[in-house]
Amino acid sequence: MDTNTFLIQVLNGIQYGLLLFLVASGLTLILGIMGIINLAHGSFYMVGAYLAFSLAQHFGSLWLAMAGGVVIAVAIGLLLEWLLISKLYHRDHLYQVLLTYGLILIFEELRSVVFGDDVHGVAIPEMLRASIPLTETLSYPVYRLWMSAVCIVLAIGMYLLIQKTRLGMTIRAGAANREMVQSLGININLLYRLVFALGVALAAFAGMIAAPVASVFPGMGNQVLIVCFVVVVIGGIGSVKGAMLAAILIGLVDTFGKVLTLQIGGVQLLPELSGMMIYVLMAAVLLARPQGLFGKGG
Amino acid sequence: MSHSRTTFVLLACLLALALLPLFAEKYYIQLFTKMMIMAIFAMSLDLLVGFTGLVSLGHAAFFGLAGYVLAYAAPQYQAADLWLSLPLAMACSGLLALVIGVFVLRTSGIYFIMVTLAFAQMLFFLFHDTKIAGGADGIYVYAKPVAAIAGWEPFTLENHVHFYFVVLALLALVYAGLRMLLASPFGRVIVGIRVNEQRMRTLGYRTYRYKLVCFVLAGALAGMAGYFAAAQFGFVSPETLSWHQSGGVLMMVILGGMGTLSGAVLGAFGMILLELGFQGLPVVGGMDIGKHWQLLMGGFIVCAVLLLPHGLLSLGRFAPRWRRKPVEAAE
Repeated sequence: MDTNTFLIQVLNGIQYGLLLFLVASGLTLILGIMGIINLAHGSFYMVGAYLAFSLAQHFGSLWLAMAGGVVIAVAIGLLLEWLLISKLYHRDHLYQVLLTYGLILIFEELRSVVFGDDVHGVAIPEMLRASIPLTETLSYPVYRLWMSAVCIVLAIGMYLLIQKTRLGMTIRAGAANREMVQSLGININLLYRLVFALGVALAAFAGMIAAPVASVFPGMGNQVLIVCFVVVVIGGIGSVKGAMLAAILIGLVDTFGKVLTLQIGGVQLLPELSGMMIYVLMAAVLLARPQGLFGKGG
Repeated sequence: MSHSRTTFVLLACLLALALLPLFAEKYYIQLFTKMMIMAIFAMSLDLLVGFTGLVSLGHAAFFGLAGYVLAYAAPQYQAADLWLSLPLAMACSGLLALVIGVFVLRTSGIYFIMVTLAFAQMLFFLFHDTKIAGGADGIYVYAKPVAAIAGWEPFTLENHVHFYFVVLALLALVYAGLRMLLASPFGRVIVGIRVNEQRMRTLGYRTYRYKLVCFVLAGALAGMAGYFAAAQFGFVSPETLSWHQSGGVLMMVILGGMGTLSGAVLGAFGMILLELGFQGLPVVGGMDIGKHWQLLMGGFIVCAVLLLPHGLLSLGRFAPRWRRKPVEAAE
């Protein structure tokens, strides 16, 4: 592998990692702050991608589709938290797993009813369609760079929101001690609803910006969900910083697992076993630190 | 329910299942065989979820692996030897559970749920992406295992009635075995771990070892179910160890009422019948409801979680009050 290909793969890995971060950060926030294990989180990613697909057709512009899609995603998040998730705070994790598994079936099947089971493509917006030439034969698409930039901006924005604003302070306080925050006169239910909607919006937005490069297909949500679980486990539950580091790590491991070739004793290990690589990484982290890289205890 | 009444109900169910092949058609015998296989699978998970307090979302790994072991033991058109391949399949599943258990039991709570899922997914990719067993297309098990002992064949699994009775016998055996295990000092310890692991540790029990034994046992029993599922269906694919399978069996355990064993059986029967019922629904107003049965299943699950906090067995709560004894009498 020469330097240019290597660099392109590094960029791809980071870009995939940043995308994973958008989905995983919502998952880890909902887990860490609300104590809810949300299997349907991947479905929101899928919902985002399908919203981008259908709204872009309707408006004729991906930008308008994204704006409209985020509004719809926030509305879905608020509604779901109000109707279902809020009933689960005092229930065992088991019932959270069950209910959100039921939601996956509903979202998957609604998708099948409304859009069918075909794979769809979404066009890259006109202004980002260019590629940056690296050598005579290699180039890197601008859209992928734009994706990474957007993800980084969102990550910084989230960091500032949680660490530097009053709202973020109440959210962190709510994660530490729900009852105390409530007795100080803060509406914790509203706070949780906002956090959940934020998580849904982030996952859906990730689906929207990924739609042009990854296309839109059935089952895309579950695929992302399980990888994001690995990200959250490696990073440590509730840690946005951990999610960032773990997501980039996973992005790179997964990308290089697919392009490298490795043979040991005549047995082809890579890329054949690339699908397993991230789980091996997770197992290694668990052995060393069962609570994840930035977790606060098992 | 009082103890003697529970025993009576169970024996009545067993008798009804034993009499079923006398009057049922082949289709229903095979359907009930499938339901009983899934009931064994669900009971093995109940041992973890309901009794030890370990919520595993990757239990299908052990179910699926045993199926693949059978497929390997019966290459091409040759039939496998039941007495060799069944213990082998269960041992492989148990061994896998040991390896996975060493890792996952270092975690607890939400981590445990996610990590079991991730490990099962790892196995899924192993069978899905490599060519070791047919890849994504799966692999056929052409002939059912032969149960010959030195030339004498007590039963043949090719016969669907024989197959039915073998599975029924195993279902009863696994139920009785798990009941005895749970009544033993070992069973008391694992229930104690679910209620308060810290206290059990303080009392001097090495809870990690107890949990690991449970995990391995549950894995081996799931392997038994997976073996017979593969033998009955005649086909193994990565789907058998997918997380939909894990989620489905968890659903059976919880909806049936966990921590009761009989609830797991009830849940397995109920879920499969419900699935068939939904699939049989007609086209209404241009929408094929039967084809989109998962929509109804999802809605049912959501409603069940919100309305039936203790599973289908809690429907008994709606019985007239004067007949009801305190709810805690599940055992």
